[in-house]
Amino acid sequence: MPNRMTLVAVWLVLLALLGISTWVALLRLGSWHAALNLIFAVASAGAVVWFDMHLRKGSGTLKLFAGGTVIFLFIMFGFGLADWLTR
Amino acid sequence: MSDALPAVHEQYQVATQQLAADRLGLWVFLASEAMLFGAVFFSLAVYHYIHPAAMHAATDQLDLSMGAVGTAVLLSSSTTMALAVKAAGEGRRWETLVALIGTVVLGLAFEAIKVHDWFDEFGKGLYPPAGPPFPLPQPAARLFFHLYFVSTGLHAVHLAVGILLVAGLVIMQVSGRLTLPERMVTVEMVGLYWQFVDIVWIFLYPTLYLVSR
Amino acid sequence: MTAEAKALPSKSYLEDGYTLSSWFFSTDHKRIAILYFVSITLFFFVGGAAATLIRLELLSPTGLFLSNDAYNRLFTIHGVVMVWFFLIPSIPNTFGNFLIPIMIGAKDLAFPKLNLASWWIFVLAGCFVIAALLIGGVDTGWTFYAPFSTMFSNGYVVPAVIGVFIAGFSTILTGLNFIVTIHKLRAPGMTWFRLPLFVWAIYATSLVMVLATPVLATTLMLIFAERVLGLGFFDPKLGGDPVLYQHLFWFYSHPAVYIMVLPAMAVMSELMSAFCKRRVFGYKVVAYSSLAIAGLGFLVWGHHMFVAGESVYAGLVFSLLSFSIAVPSAIKVFNWTATMRKGYVSLDAPMLFALGFIGLFVIGGLSGLFVAATGLDVHLTRTYFVIAHFHFIMVGGTVSCYFGALHFWWPKMTGRMYPEMLGRGTALMIFFGFILTFMPQFILGWLGMPRRYHLYPPEFQVLNVLSSAGASILAVAYTLPLIYLGWSLFYGKRAGANPWGAAGLEWLIPSPPPRENFETVPVVTWEAYPYPLKPQPVERKETP
Ligand SMILES: [Cu+2]
Repeated sequence: MPNRMTLVAVWLVLLALLGISTWVALLRLGSWHAALNLIFAVASAGAVVWFDMHLRKGSGTLKLFAGGTVIFLFIMFGFGLADWLTR
Repeated sequence: MSDALPAVHEQYQVATQQLAADRLGLWVFLASEAMLFGAVFFSLAVYHYIHPAAMHAATDQLDLSMGAVGTAVLLSSSTTMALAVKAAGEGRRWETLVALIGTVVLGLAFEAIKVHDWFDEFGKGLYPPAGPPFPLPQPAARLFFHLYFVSTGLHAVHLAVGILLVAGLVIMQVSGRLTLPERMVTVEMVGLYWQFVDIVWIFLYPTLYLVSR
Repeated sequence: MTAEAKALPSKSYLEDGYTLSSWFFSTDHKRIAILYFVSITLFFFVGGAAATLIRLELLSPTGLFLSNDAYNRLFTIHGVVMVWFFLIPSIPNTFGNFLIPIMIGAKDLAFPKLNLASWWIFVLAGCFVIAALLIGGVDTGWTFYAPFSTMFSNGYVVPAVIGVFIAGFSTILTGLNFIVTIHKLRAPGMTWFRLPLFVWAIYATSLVMVLATPVLATTLMLIFAERVLGLGFFDPKLGGDPVLYQHLFWFYSHPAVYIMVLPAMAVMSELMSAFCKRRVFGYKVVAYSSLAIAGLGFLVWGHHMFVAGESVYAGLVFSLLSFSIAVPSAIKVFNWTATMRKGYVSLDAPMLFALGFIGLFVIGGLSGLFVAATGLDVHLTRTYFVIAHFHFIMVGGTVSCYFGALHFWWPKMTGRMYPEMLGRGTALMIFFGFILTFMPQFILGWLGMPRRYHLYPPEFQVLNVLSSAGASILAVAYTLPLIYLGWSLFYGKRAGANPWGAAGLEWLIPSPPPRENFETVPVVTWEAYPYPLKPQPVERKETP
C-alpha cells in the first residue's frame, strides 16, 4: 500500500500533467502537440494504474494481464492504422 | 454456498486464494473493458487521421475549460478512491467513509459538468441528428460529434455505474454491513473499477479536446 | 461448511434436487453445463433447419421456393445462430464448464454465480435473436456489414444486433471465469505442465474471448447508434469509412475463429491420448501452440479485406502473418498423429470423430493457405471456395470434435453408455456426408460461383445437387445422436467410473460425479496422461 503522501503527490502530478497538456494544446503546435498530449495521457494513466490501483504491489500475474492488454491494444492500433497510413 | 458468515466459498481452500481470485477476476474484466473502449479510440484515431481539418474545426467547438475542469475533478476522485481503499485496509472506518463520500460527490460533479456540456452543445446544434442546424460545413465534423456523443455517453454510463457502486459501499458502511478491514477487498474491487473509468477519461480528454485543436 | 454435514455417500449431481429451480438457479458448474448443452442443442437445430432449407433451395439453378429476400434472411439466420449461439459456446460452455474444475481438481469454477449469470445472459440474447427471426429476420449476412446494415437493410437488424451484443457478455464472463479458475483453483501439485492439454487450449480460448469479444460489442453498439439514433459512423456521405467497420468486425471475428476451433483442439488432445493409451506426443509444444494460435490469431484479421479497399501493403503483411498461423496448427496435427505411433489404438466412436477431425481440419487448413494468398484471394473471395474453407474448419473440425467430446464424456456426464455401433456409424456418416457436402463447394468456388445467391448458371447444378445430397446425409447423421443418446439416458448400460480406461482426474471420480466433485481435495503427484495407467495414488473412498 502506498502511503497517503504518495497518493497526494501522485494527485498533484496528475493535475500538473493535465495543466501542461492543456497548455501545450493551446500553443497549437499541430501534430507535435498531439504527440505530447498522448504522451502526457499515457504518463497520467500509468501513474493511476501504478499507484492508485497499486499494480506496483500487484502479483506477477496481474502485471502480466495489465501489460498484455496494452500489447493487444497496440496490435489493434498498429495493424489497424497501418492500413490507412499505407493507402 | 448458503452460509454467509465464513468469508471463504466452498470452491476455495483459504481466504487468500479467494482474494487472489477476486483480484485477478477484476483485472481480467478491466482488460476486457479496455478492449471495448479501445475500439472506440481506434475509430476516433482513424477519423482524426483521415479528416484532420474537419476534426480541427469540430474540436474547436468544444468547451475546453469545462473539459479541463471535469478532468481535474475525475483525477481527484481517483485519489480519494485510492485513499478510501487505503483507509479500508487499515480498518479506519471514518476515514474510509469520508473518502468514499468524497468520491461520490466528485463523480456526481463530473456527471453534472458532462450533462451541462451536452445541453450546451445540443443548443449550439452540435448534436447532428436533432436540434438546431449543425454549424460546421465539413461533413466529417458530424462524424466527430457522432463519436463524441457515443464515447462520452459510454463513459458517463460507466461512471454512473461506478457512482452507484461507491454509493452502495457508503450505505453498507453506514448500516454496519461493511466490516473493515475484513471486507476491504470489496472496497478495493470497486476502487479498481472506478480508477479504470478515470483512465478512460484520461485518454478521452486529449482525444476529444486536445489533439486536433 | 454445509457440505460436511451431509451423510455419506454423497449423491450425484443429477440427484441433487429434481425441481426446475434446482436446475435453472443451480450454481453447480455441471448443471450449468447441462443447461448450456440443452440450449445450444436447440440452436443447433434452428441453424441446421436453415441450412437444410438453403441446400433444398439450391437444388435448382432457378431456386425452388424462396424469394431473393427470403434467401438472404435464411443464410443470415443460419450464420448468426450457428456462430454465436452454437459454435462459440459449444465446447467451452458445455464440456469446458463441466470438466475444467474436475480436471484441475477443484469443486467448482472461481465464480459460480457469475457462471449461472452467463447462462441467463445467453438465454436473454437468444430470445432477442429468435424474436428477430420470428418477426421477419435479417438480410445482412452474419457479418452485419456497414453501410448496408446501418443505412439500407430493411430487415430487423436492431433486435439481432442486440441479441449478439448480449451474447458477447455471456462469452466474456465465461472466459473470465475460466481464466481465474485455471490460475487460482488448481489442486495441490497440479502445476501448469501437469494440466491436461484440454485445459491449456480452453485457457487460450478464454484469453481470446476476453480480449476480442468486447471489440465486437463496440462494433455492434456503433451499428445500433447509427441505426437507432442516427449517429452515422460508417456513412460514406459524411466521410465515414466502411472499411473501418470491417477492421473492427474482423478484429473480433478472426480471433473468434479460434474461439471456435481451439476448443476442438482441446478435445482432440484428450481423445487421441485416451484412445491411443499414450501421452500426447510433445506435450509442451502442443500446450504452447495453443497460446501461439490464440496470440497470432489477433494479427491476421486483415486477410478478410484484401479486396475491400485495404492498402496493398497492409494486405501483404496480413497475408504473410496468416501463413504463419499454419505453423502451430500443423504442429498440433503432427503431434496428434505421432501420438498414435506405438499406441494401442482403439477405434471407438469418439476416436473415429477425432480421426475425422484430422482429415477435415487438414483440408480446411490447407485451403486456408489458398485464400490467405492475396493474389489468389481476389479470385476466390466471396465464392463458395471460402464457404467450403471455413465450413471444413468450423463444421468439419469443430462440430466433429463436439460430437467426439459428447460421446467420450457422455458416460461421465450421465452415468450411461451410448450404443457403440450407432456411435461409430454416426461418426462415419458425418465424415463422408461432410465430404460430399463441401468438396463440391470447393470446385464451385474455384469455378467462380459466388456466395449469397440462390440463382446460378445451370452448368453448376450437378455439383450443387451433390452438395445437397451430402447435406441430407449430414441432416440424418446430426439427428441420430439426439435419438440414441436420448434412449441411452434411460436404457443405456451403466458406465463405471472409467469406461475408457483413460487418464485424467475426471475418470477417478464416480459417473455421474457427485455434487462437490471430490470428497477430499486431490493431491496430484503425477504428470498428465500417465499411460500405461497404474493404480493412481489418489485417496479415494469407494462408495459401497
Ligand atoms: Cu480470418
